[in-house]
Amino acid sequence: MRTYEVMFIVRPDMADEDLDRLISTLEGNITTAGGTVKNIERMGKRRLAYTVRKFNDGIYVLFTVDGEGKLIAEVERRLRVAEPVIKFITVRTDEEQKRLDKVKKIRESRQRGRGAQAAAAAQQQAEAQAAGPETAPAAV
Amino acid sequence: MADETTQQPQQASSEGQQRQAGPGGPRGGGRPGGPRPAGAGGREGGRKYFRRKKVCKFCVEKIDSINYKDVRLLSGFVAESGKIVPRRLTGVCTPHQRRLTEAIKQARNIALLPFTGRS
Repeated sequence: MRTYEVMFIVRPDMADEDLDRLISTLEGNITTAGGTVKNIERMGKRRLAYTVRKFNDGIYVLFTVDGEGKLIAEVERRLRVAEPVIKFITVRTDEEQKRLDKVKKIRESRQRGRGAQAAAAAQQQAEAQAAGPETAPAAV
Repeated sequence: MADETTQQPQQASSEGQQRQAGPGGPRGGGRPGGPRPAGAGGREGGRKYFRRKKVCKFCVEKIDSINYKDVRLLSGFVAESGKIVPRRLTGVCTPHQRRLTEAIKQARNIALLPFTGRS
């Protein structure tokens, strides 16, 4: 099961309920084909960097989908055919996520090692200070 | 003969001066243009080898993921004309430059960044 991000642009003169209907249709397609929609984000109306099909603004929508490759091909086909969708891009994100998790884990383990060392050193100092003025330092 | 020899060097010197004065413009313009990119790239000898050791912004700030969605981050590495800035000018390290390029091209495809803008 791969994770994909599908971002598409809808024409700006679309009504809210039409947009909702389109989104729920796509969601239904994905679910019936065996995928899961993890997240839907409506990024609102934005100015496009260049004119697409004679539009200068567009409503951006982002889907995070879990599924197989064939499912995504089907989604793309529907997006291509859908009239209000003027542009779309699909990015595969599971490999990138794996790499990020690995980097984060390495960083955390390094910090934990350093943190444990620092905590142990602080503890030793505290014990030495506490016991020193009295008698012999406590067994560390 | 003696007169010619004395005249020739005068003529040569005047011509030489004229020749220097004529293309003195492009030659003078060429010279500051020459060592400047060499100084930044660290190529020519005579200048310091690595001028201003530029560090990779992503390595320093530990930015892991370069996403096509954060236009603000990406637009710092794109020229006004929309071109991707080479890494010898921004100081980005190679793996990050590669990821950055991929993200910029994805952003261009989804109209978050222009392909070319009022250059």
